[in-house]
Amino acid sequence: MKRIRVIPALLIQKGGLVKSIRFKDHKYVGDPLNAVRIFNEKEVDEIVILDISATQEKRPPNIQQIKGIAGEAFMPLGYGGGITKIEEIIELIKSGVEKVVLNTAAFIQPQLISEGAKYVGSQSIVVSMDVKKNLWGKYQVFVQNGSKNTGLDPVSYAHRMEDAGAGEIFLNSIEKDGTFSGYDTELIKLVSANINIPVVAIGGASSINDFAMAIQYGASAVSAGSMFVFQRPHRAVLISYPNQQELKEKLFHIS
Amino acid sequence: MITIVDYGVGNLASIKNMLKKAGDDSQITADETAILSASKLILPGVGAFDTCAQKLKESGLLNALHQKVVVEKKPLLGICVGMQLLLDGSEEGILPGLGWINGRVVKFNQALLSADHKIPHMGWTDVVLAKSSRLLENMYEEPRFYFVHSYYPEPLSDQDIMAYSVYGYRFTAAVEKDNVMGVQFHPEKSHKFGLKLLENFIRNY
Repeated sequence: MKRIRVIPALLIQKGGLVKSIRFKDHKYVGDPLNAVRIFNEKEVDEIVILDISATQEKRPPNIQQIKGIAGEAFMPLGYGGGITKIEEIIELIKSGVEKVVLNTAAFIQPQLISEGAKYVGSQSIVVSMDVKKNLWGKYQVFVQNGSKNTGLDPVSYAHRMEDAGAGEIFLNSIEKDGTFSGYDTELIKLVSANINIPVVAIGGASSINDFAMAIQYGASAVSAGSMFVFQRPHRAVLISYPNQQELKEKLFHIS
Repeated sequence: MITIVDYGVGNLASIKNMLKKAGDDSQITADETAILSASKLILPGVGAFDTCAQKLKESGLLNALHQKVVVEKKPLLGICVGMQLLLDGSEEGILPGLGWINGRVVKFNQALLSADHKIPHMGWTDVVLAKSSRLLENMYEEPRFYFVHSYYPEPLSDQDIMAYSVYGYRFTAAVEKDNVMGVQFHPEKSHKFGLKLLENFIRNY
């Protein structure tokens, strides 16, 4: 039995925890530290925190807040948002973060990936890619929290990131985000078939069956936001995480 | 009090956080005097074998560590590359290890792994005892730990193997010889399983 990582992804905006739909309509969900404590009790595999307002506000990572979160995270912790310098990557790792997530910075200065990999190891450098189809149905990579189209195709982009030294690709579908309509399996297949580093699928998950689909299409691990913080149908805030038995029965058997 | 050896590598804050949860007010130190007065040590490590071996040498702490571990027989726990350093050497590099456990560190053989088993091995994997050890005593059922590694130890003597895991094939996940022990996984990032392991290190040694 091979266990598959199931990773809650939490968004921070102006210090609070939020969740979006298609990168818009952010709803306040609660206090990040409190959410991490609850996820910790649920023994989640790993957790990723993305400060989506940092780059927009042109400010560096809030190290104090991250240290507080790391002190409560007894599982691997990833952090992304506002990182522009190698010193910040080193500082984050020293603060108790295992993985640093680069999105806009990976596009603007890919040498930061190589430099980061050199100092803290590839396994700690994750590149997050936000992807959306254009009018003609062609996938393109977006940065700055989905607001800026790079015009680049996700396969060649992912290649470039792998070559630069990224240890993992966090692959997000903007159109699937927060919709509970399942992952973009076509996108997962396209990217994971063409690179050698693990792809973590995110965007659209609503069930363990969706996780299994993503793995069958080539993802190495799965992530979700809304599924773990909302209870449907009314998006009432309720933190949840599948138990090991469910995961074993519905997910781990497939690989 | 546990002394975490700070030779310039690794995520020491995470180890200290988990030790605090386990009830130990540990110290992180690069000071030789502090190491010499330690009663129990943790040797962390992350990244390339040679980088860690080089930094450990440059730290000037080798003699103090030898004194504690070999002469005074104080318990030492190596974590990840900190564990790999306990062996004679590694396929990954050319520098020698500490040689406290005989054997070498080898890389996962991609030829023996299916395509969905990527290297590095990253994630949670079940750990099975190879011999009884106070470090894994009273462990919760189906213990699983968080791994991130491309290399694993191959002790010369089976006696030094504490636990196994399977990633495509069976590999050694933990080693123990007298007062020296090491784990390939990260107990500081492995929830109640890692907490229990560190509690055992605090209480049973």
